[in-house]
Amino acid sequence: MRRRPGLISDYSSDTAIFRNNVQRFWFVVLMVAVVVLGLGGTLPLVPGLVEFSLAGDLMLLSVTALFASIGAIGLNIVTGYGGQVSLGHAFFLGLGAFTAAVLGGEEVSRRVFDLSTGQQVDKTILVGFGLDMAIWLPAAGLVAALAGLIVAPIASRLKGLYLAFVTLGLVFLGEHIFKEAGSYTGGLGVGRATAVPSLFGFRFDQPGEVLGVHLSRLQKLFFLGLILLTLLAFIAKNIARSRIGRALAAIRDRDIAAELMGINLARYKMTAFVISSLYAGIAGALLYSGLSRVEPGSFNLLLSIVYIAMILIGGAATIAGSIMGAFFIIFLPRIVKWLAGFWVFGFISDSPTGGFLNLSQIEQLMFGGLIVAFLIFEPLGLYGLWIRVRNYWKAWPFSY
Amino acid sequence: MTQLLQALVNGTSLAAVYGLIGLGFVIIYKSTQVFNFAQPALLLLGAYWVVYFTTVVKWPFWLALILAAALSALTGVVVERVALRPMVGKPVFAVAIMTIGLNILITIFALDLLGIDARPMGAPWSIDFFAFDLFGGRLVVTHRQIAALVAAVVLVGLLLTFFRFSRFGLAMRAAAFDQEVTLTQGVSVTAVFAASWAIASVLAMVGGVFIGSTPPGLDRSASIVALKALPVVVIGGLDSIAGTLVGALIVGLAEALTFTYQPEHAAFLGGNFAQVVPYLVMFLVLLVKPYGLFGTKEIERV
Repeated sequence: MRRRPGLISDYSSDTAIFRNNVQRFWFVVLMVAVVVLGLGGTLPLVPGLVEFSLAGDLMLLSVTALFASIGAIGLNIVTGYGGQVSLGHAFFLGLGAFTAAVLGGEEVSRRVFDLSTGQQVDKTILVGFGLDMAIWLPAAGLVAALAGLIVAPIASRLKGLYLAFVTLGLVFLGEHIFKEAGSYTGGLGVGRATAVPSLFGFRFDQPGEVLGVHLSRLQKLFFLGLILLTLLAFIAKNIARSRIGRALAAIRDRDIAAELMGINLARYKMTAFVISSLYAGIAGALLYSGLSRVEPGSFNLLLSIVYIAMILIGGAATIAGSIMGAFFIIFLPRIVKWLAGFWVFGFISDSPTGGFLNLSQIEQLMFGGLIVAFLIFEPLGLYGLWIRVRNYWKAWPFSY
Repeated sequence: MTQLLQALVNGTSLAAVYGLIGLGFVIIYKSTQVFNFAQPALLLLGAYWVVYFTTVVKWPFWLALILAAALSALTGVVVERVALRPMVGKPVFAVAIMTIGLNILITIFALDLLGIDARPMGAPWSIDFFAFDLFGGRLVVTHRQIAALVAAVVLVGLLLTFFRFSRFGLAMRAAAFDQEVTLTQGVSVTAVFAASWAIASVLAMVGGVFIGSTPPGLDRSASIVALKALPVVVIGGLDSIAGTLVGALIVGLAEALTFTYQPEHAAFLGGNFAQVVPYLVMFLVLLVKPYGLFGTKEIERV
């Protein structure tokens, strides 16, 4: 058996996370490579390592992509595995982000002159409890999951396009609520500083020594993202290959047939929505904490579409694909900027106004074009491309 | 009382615009089973051509309108041929996402032409209005509102006549009913696809002209207004023309009434609440009727 790694003779090895030792080996190599890239430059052992490290904006993009991957995995559970198209992911991301901001953020108050009493009083402008990350991170996930639970009964009555419309409506309603709840969200265009990523006194947003190695702020967040993503990706993978995942795939492929086989549609759709929103909530909380302020206007329909694009370009119904897609979409602006450096693309202008097309327009053009191109040419996404390349080299030099 | 009348007038004129845009969604959906999320972009591009011909080339408005309609129809046909034809037979949802991608592409193109500032439409109705003194108040009906209503009634009438009495209209209805059978009867289904995209694209352009001729002029916010035609078609049922018209009235009136009364009576719901009312109405309708008010319930076999 050991000499025939492609041979699968029982069900448990068919559903195994790693099918053979080769996959295990490459996974370990990948993880080591990622850790080295993250540590790069700070390890005193290898002098030339600085060259291969993630520096400056690449590090920031990597951290963002790690957190966004968590959200993409969440969307892939409901849309990729379950086939229930949700355009409402931005709402759940926003809910997570603002829950974290309220629970983990600082209270902001201002002394105002009360006209009725003539006294100076403290008026709370932004609600914040300043709690620990051990509380706000799970809470952000749970609040989003609760919202998913409330939406699920409506959503499980509908399917196909009608579900897409309801979730789209949810984004608009959510945006309205976020804009209006000014004392929690800071209001449109202003926003608020979000939760401090401090776990039992350990600050992820300040540089410091960890196990004798000096890490920058971004490096700490990078490893936080890496650990959480690995953990949540494995949980998602296990959900996908167990009873829930099989039920969801059956619902996706033919819901009536699934129901006839005894799968409780409403229950499994609800489960999918709750898990998906839980992931979205955690991703939303992490994406803003330590990186930037959080502003109500950013959780719009476009954000939902960005996440849909991540799983489409990465590969629907694959966990690895969700991560690839998230990295690809987050790095897209950087790739465009890099491409613009070549003379062939000289018509791309650096300035926001001049030239035939500017960078952000090219970026959006590529974004829209890639969605269209992947749907026409490679519906399995980057993951599908990877499988093709892998299969080609497996049999090389023969064509099959 | 006048306040109520005013809200009803505003609502009806809104409904006319939503109805025009919504019909575009329904016609494409009925004949090709594609939900076209690119409608807002087609609207923006079509309305831009009107702006271009009236203010840059300085041709009369009616000529500009005809040329823009021709260009819009062409855009619709090209988009269908290039992007949608390869997707025939793919899952409904994949195609819908594809139109979202198209929406982004066309919007970028249209906005690049349009520029950042709002551009005047050059429409003859501009900002003139009729005013009536009724019940001790003042009822204002703008020329634009009347034009929108007239345009909607005329266009819907023309379309219904076309579908009902013309030979090609019959072919379109047949294709909407069953594409394969229609094909075997010698009807060019591809021509039906092209025609429905052309019609939808022109309807979007006309809607865009009315959205763009409200005071600041045509700018990127027009596509957000266009997106509100989406609850309209969902409320009416995706494949029902009559339903869309009813849905347009419901949404238009609900939005106008909320806009008039909510700031005073339910201020806690926040400013601009009227903007999200269409989506709330959509939720309520879908809770009771999952296929909209007049939509055909899908009968499925395993």
